[in-house]
Amino acid sequence: MLHVALAGNPNTGKSTLFNALTGMRQRVGNYSGVTVERVEGRYRDAEGRPVSVLDLPGTYSLSASSPDEEIALSVLVGRAEGVDTPDVVVIVVDAQNLERNLFLASQVLELGIPAVVALNQVDAALAAGIRIDPVELTLEVGAPVVATVATRGEGLDLLKQAVNRAAALPPATRQFELPDEAAQALAPVEACLARGGFNPSAAAMEALRLLAVTQIGPHLAAVPGLAAAVEKARARVEVAGLTPRSLEAEARYGWIAGVVERTTERTHTGKKTLTERVDAVALHRVWGPVIFVLLMALVFQSIFTWAEPLIGWVEGLFNLLGGSVGAALPQGDLRSLLVDGVIAGVGSVLVFLPQIFILFLFIGILEDSGYMARAAFIMDRFMRSVGLHGRSFIPLLSGYACAVPGVMSTRVIENPKDRLATIMVLPLMSCSARIPVYTLLIGAFIPPVAVAGIFNLQGVTLLVMYLLGTLTALAMAAVFKKTLLKGRARPLIMELPPYRLPSVRSLALSVGHRSSMFLRKAGTVILSLSIVLWALATYPKTKPVPGTPAEAAQEQQLAHSALGRMGHVIEPAVRPLGYDWKIGVGIVSSLAAREVFVSTMGTIYGVGSADETSGALREKLQRERDPRTGLIAYTPLIAVGLMVFYVYAMMCMSTVAVVVRETGGGRTGVKWAAFQFAYMLALAYGAAFLVYRGGLLLGFH
Amino acid sequence: MTRPLSELEPGERGKVTEVDGDADAVRRLMDLGVIRGTTLEMVRRAPLGDPLEVRVRGFMLTLRRSEAEHITVE
Repeated sequence: MLHVALAGNPNTGKSTLFNALTGMRQRVGNYSGVTVERVEGRYRDAEGRPVSVLDLPGTYSLSASSPDEEIALSVLVGRAEGVDTPDVVVIVVDAQNLERNLFLASQVLELGIPAVVALNQVDAALAAGIRIDPVELTLEVGAPVVATVATRGEGLDLLKQAVNRAAALPPATRQFELPDEAAQALAPVEACLARGGFNPSAAAMEALRLLAVTQIGPHLAAVPGLAAAVEKARARVEVAGLTPRSLEAEARYGWIAGVVERTTERTHTGKKTLTERVDAVALHRVWGPVIFVLLMALVFQSIFTWAEPLIGWVEGLFNLLGGSVGAALPQGDLRSLLVDGVIAGVGSVLVFLPQIFILFLFIGILEDSGYMARAAFIMDRFMRSVGLHGRSFIPLLSGYACAVPGVMSTRVIENPKDRLATIMVLPLMSCSARIPVYTLLIGAFIPPVAVAGIFNLQGVTLLVMYLLGTLTALAMAAVFKKTLLKGRARPLIMELPPYRLPSVRSLALSVGHRSSMFLRKAGTVILSLSIVLWALATYPKTKPVPGTPAEAAQEQQLAHSALGRMGHVIEPAVRPLGYDWKIGVGIVSSLAAREVFVSTMGTIYGVGSADETSGALREKLQRERDPRTGLIAYTPLIAVGLMVFYVYAMMCMSTVAVVVRETGGGRTGVKWAAFQFAYMLALAYGAAFLVYRGGLLLGFH
Repeated sequence: MTRPLSELEPGERGKVTEVDGDADAVRRLMDLGVIRGTTLEMVRRAPLGDPLEVRVRGFMLTLRRSEAEHITVE
């Protein structure tokens, strides 16, 4: 089968071209060892033979100074683990910006792989007064050029034909010459690479690239003597009076200037482009932030409120399913396993889908339209004050709704350390699953008295919990960036791409990819843990005295079960916070998800299926007395301490599962997730301890 | 007369005479075509004063003031 790789700058319509070529049949995965997305698809050529297409990450060059560039380069030179060496490379070039796009193109053309140039978005270029002659360009670059409009599918047949023919053509070569001294200085580096198995053409491209980079790159690590050869070449270039770090850029852009001159006709329209006119408002000193806040409010509001009915619908469906399966089966362990373990577990996975769907739809629209880069532009200064990047803002914001899609959306952050720091603090943002816990405890223990005349103490308490989570998240980000994830401040050098209308197809594909990735990777973990928790709450069995009411029987069973015993076991640990074993059980069971705390308390107090607004449960909690002392068991101070515990503790195995996946998977992922769980638990325990003990000292109770 | 790019006012242009600073930043800027002789136009500053938006070879580039201080223009 013919293997084709697509290379090109970001925002050139490369992915649109990929989608147009391969349709909806795509596979998304990761390259081994890195979280760079690997997207593959297939099409059939005119004779019906299958052709596989790999969509390389969009990059501005092959300098290999970022993970994306390193992957693109190692695939193209046939050194990426588990990836077939491409037979043909299609270089997607944006006709509106030939000059910058030709830089990457000229690097790729030198690798000794048969190549075809797709000159994309020629329609938009024409509208902007830019006319490029494909035939002239073919002669200049030494590889066939096909004009395409990927959004409308124009030029695709010609492109497929050119790909089939390219395999038989001699590969392109370097079209410009280096100064003699530089060529001589680089010859030993090229020889070294040739000994390492590179073809002469790829060796020449790598040698020139290496002059200006700080790291050789993992795919060249096995070439013996390379670092020393590069060092020597740099010295020789400098002796000749040339600058090693600008040699490649000046040589390529020098050549490009001539190519653009000879192939492009420009009629100056003089009008401001649409993008310039929009940005005059969207990046305006006053209107820019206003628009930004409005857009974020819309995103925030939608994951909160639009998802709500869908979540209710999923929950309703699974309750119905559980009810009808429960009615069809005889009472017993099998029924309990199916209803309370499997069906409830699948439900607890699917309940995340509405939020994932809505968040990724918005992120897709923001990204594809070009606004995401503007959001980073506006927020960068603020986020940098805590050591993060402008792009961390949206994932953190979505953490208020749910950490699961939030963690998944950190892929928009390119720098791995910024991304890790964002993931590590994201679950501190108070998510919607904490609301039931806050509601129950505030309703039961915080009196609705007025504060400062206009505020209600209950509302103020809720606000304090949100602020506490948010401020701690920002502070911890700063701490991580200064310690564990320390690194040089990464430069923010980024294009503000022209605005574009997002395509429905690519939005559908990206939302589909995210949802299926969540279901496959996190869903299986969440489901198995739900079943484990079910088993812990069900075994060992106790025999209720005949005639005991169902609620009391449930209460006894839970107290007798492994989970109930765990509550007793951890009681000494939670005593200093003022909790008894019942709260201990609630905390352990809420490892599944925070809101489970409420239903567990309902079971323990024998009020059946309680929700956070249940008056019966509130009353039971208020009246509960400590069996040893006879005093009130739960005071407002304990309740506040418990809320603070829930602000900080990572009581959510879905988030744990997603963090494992998104921090590299395998042992690395488990290590990061375990670290995160531990530090958040330590924070939670410490803060709850301080609140309770400090409060007692200050005379509260 | 030469001065750092960061001192250009919105609408002003300059021709690059030197690109310096952090090695990775320099490499990236050069890949994007910011080399000796390139004409840059300051478009605007972000609402909080940083980063900056600059027109280079027909496209819009953002960079922080700390990087722009190391690019000399005339």
